[in-house]
Amino acid sequence: MGVRVWAACLPAGSIAVVSDPLLQMRGIDKWFPGVHALNHVDFSVRPGEVHALIGGNEAGKSTLLKVLTGVLRADGGSITFEGTPLVCGSPAEAVRCGISTIYQEVNLVRTLSVAENLLLGRAPRAWYGLSWRRMRMRAVELLGGLGIDIDVSRPLGSYPVGVQQMVCVARAVDTDARLIVMDEPTSSLDARETRRFFALLEQLRARGLSVIFVTHFLDQVYRISDRITILRNGRQVGVFEAAALPRTHLVAHMLGRSPAEVEAAAGATAAASAVAPERPAAEHATTLGGATPVLSVHDLGRCGTLAPVSLAARAGEVLGFAGLLGSGRTELARLVFGADRADSGVFEVDGRRVKIKGPRRAILLGLAMAPEDRQADGLVQDLSVRENIVLALQAAGRRGAAGGRTGSENAGCGDAGGRGGGFGWGARARQRSLARRFVEQLGIVCADLDQPVRNLSGGNQQKVILARWLACRPRVLILDEPTRGIDVGAKAEIERLVRELCRAGLAVIFISAELDEVARLSDRVLVLRDRRAVGTLERSRISEEAIMAAIAGKGGQEPFQQP
Amino acid sequence: MTKQTPLALWRRPTFWPVALLALLWLLNAALTPNFARIEVRDGRLFGSLIDVIHRGAPVMLLAVGMTLVIAMRGIDLSVGSVMAMAGAVAAQLIAVHDAPLAVVVAVPLVVAAAAGLWNGLLVTLAGMQPIVATLILLVAGRGVAQLITGGQITTFERPAFQFLGTGALLGVPFTLWLVAGVTLLVGALLRLTPLGLYVESIGGNERAARLAGVRVRAIKVAGYVLTGLCAGLAGLIATADIKAADVSNCGLYIELDAILAVVLGGTSLSGGRARMVGALAGALIMQTLTTTMLMRGIGQEYALVIKAVVALLVCLIYTPRFRGALQRLVGREVHAA
Repeated sequence: MGVRVWAACLPAGSIAVVSDPLLQMRGIDKWFPGVHALNHVDFSVRPGEVHALIGGNEAGKSTLLKVLTGVLRADGGSITFEGTPLVCGSPAEAVRCGISTIYQEVNLVRTLSVAENLLLGRAPRAWYGLSWRRMRMRAVELLGGLGIDIDVSRPLGSYPVGVQQMVCVARAVDTDARLIVMDEPTSSLDARETRRFFALLEQLRARGLSVIFVTHFLDQVYRISDRITILRNGRQVGVFEAAALPRTHLVAHMLGRSPAEVEAAAGATAAASAVAPERPAAEHATTLGGATPVLSVHDLGRCGTLAPVSLAARAGEVLGFAGLLGSGRTELARLVFGADRADSGVFEVDGRRVKIKGPRRAILLGLAMAPEDRQADGLVQDLSVRENIVLALQAAGRRGAAGGRTGSENAGCGDAGGRGGGFGWGARARQRSLARRFVEQLGIVCADLDQPVRNLSGGNQQKVILARWLACRPRVLILDEPTRGIDVGAKAEIERLVRELCRAGLAVIFISAELDEVARLSDRVLVLRDRRAVGTLERSRISEEAIMAAIAGKGGQEPFQQP
Repeated sequence: MTKQTPLALWRRPTFWPVALLALLWLLNAALTPNFARIEVRDGRLFGSLIDVIHRGAPVMLLAVGMTLVIAMRGIDLSVGSVMAMAGAVAAQLIAVHDAPLAVVVAVPLVVAAAAGLWNGLLVTLAGMQPIVATLILLVAGRGVAQLITGGQITTFERPAFQFLGTGALLGVPFTLWLVAGVTLLVGALLRLTPLGLYVESIGGNERAARLAGVRVRAIKVAGYVLTGLCAGLAGLIATADIKAADVSNCGLYIELDAILAVVLGGTSLSGGRARMVGALAGALIMQTLTTTMLMRGIGQEYALVIKAVVALLVCLIYTPRFRGALQRLVGREVHAA
């Protein structure tokens, strides 16, 4: 299938550039227990090109790069580098072969000087030992050649990440790398640093070095790369000349759609509303449309994480966040919930100005968030199902009832602990009955309420987190990828539950990487790209294709409102 | 959902330390003459067992607080120095200021609680690693105690205060009452209020606890303050026992015993579970071994080695790998719930 797409999307002329590839990976297979992580992936890099490798979650990008750099061993396939078969069992060997890797996080020694970092292990020697003077001279010369002018005797850690990243590149160049693998090198750089970094990449290209560039920022893909390889679910979906691949096609390939669908949507907005599936909450929301939002946020942002965003969550409505991985959807959710500290932003709950300084405050105001990473941020694995369910309610304490909530049958999940607050002294029996009620209502499959939550399946764990928050009777429920990594049946149940909660008057913020889910559930969709909100799709215009077009941007006329 | 099935006895968390303690006592009763004999002299109980509990009281008190701190992935190395500080303050109040009993008891406890607060703030507000933060007070605390006593061993006579260390109530040593009281109080806090849930959620997954609205910092600080208070109380007992504040020896190296007791009791240093009863059993195991060796005339050099071997065995039992091997050896398959 990959071949077909490739052939179809390459304009006839572009095949003219034929040179022997520097790197040729053929039919790479990699299995992890139960997962076919790489399925016969072909990947090649020409000399002197910047090659973008892109794909969503679990697409196989990092696995492929790990196979290349010797961190993992492939289960099948062949790799040739500079015309000879490449066998390297470790990253160190890969470096010796001429393949260097620049990681997302700078992996040099911050406390050592720039010069030491550059020449670590290859320091110039003199009869009396290390020659510091020559070392500094070498370093200055090396950096100067790449247009970097810094004091090499200062510790590396005293420079901003952008400069550190460039020192990494300089070191790679000096170790005689012919291919540099860059795994999201720009993810922590600001716009100016990124520009400088790209200037450096262009120099490398001019010298005939090849670069494999992994990023989630689409703008950057187009700014710097010559060719693009797209992976999806462990398969190679296509290789394209960057100049010949429209953005909408790129997004469509990443999401496993046909480019034609997306183009049609981007072209004809009227068609989009016809395609939109029925949404039961729609009529409900119409009646509430004019009312004060439960939660509204103005210009919420954090430097380096997310450009200021405004949004409003209304009772009985699902507000979807859509965007590719790294677009800022999770970051936005965390800022709204106070999990990360925002630099700017004003919150209003029921039209009243409030401050949200941390999750605890957010919870007391009636917010709840099921985080994206349920293992790291959600569950306490060693605690029981019961303890995990009552945790937030218990922590909110009696003051939980004072959140100014009026609709007492919010979420339809009844009262918790009598006053909607904590349990105080000696209330294990009440905790058990509350936990049991949620286990039954949400259909959580567990042997026993006192079983550690660790032993539950992914879907059931997700439901335990939902139960935790429903027990608090929130007014705004943020669900960050609630369906990730769970089976199809559990997904459908969670979708049904979201609809039910909405009908009961909850405001839901729904985040998912799967656009069909977002399109089916949402009354409005906030679209994010490259860490900024690019617009909101209103109910009548929501469709998978319209969302994709919005994510891709540049789709001719913008079929959505600018914020 | 099925009915709750009771856990098999040997799978209960506190089974191993308590069983080991019982085994030690039984062995001793059989092998060491007079070990099990308890007699009433002058209206109070006497005997080796009573002595074990009485001598073990300071470590047991420390273990109570330390369990909480360790369950939250912290540690408190400063308890021994805090004991010395509390003892020094008490002795000084009696010997120099002739203060009333209430003051003699209350002021050292306030000092100890302040020490705990200091530790807690260093860990939570300054974000220091617990082992470093409390190391500071481990070093400084004993110095402060020496400053308080002027480097002397302050001796005193105050029967009402000495009662703390040597007195008996209804025939039972007062230290035993103290340990029982503190244990019940903290146990009640842990099991009957949400505190236990907070502590275990912080130790198990601090980020998740924070996102669930748990006041992580406040509860951590509370844990260190409680540990400080326990150390203060232990310091008072140790001081009352010898009628003197011996700042350079009071509670020396006792933090290691306390940590070992907590670990023997089944609380993992990686946090997440608080096993207070186990920790008390752990403290008694160590004290029983010490007392037994003394009674049997085994030299200190062997005593330390034997203690270490027992500690090693118990800790091995806690590692899943060793337990798996043991179960295969016994041939009894225990299925995961």
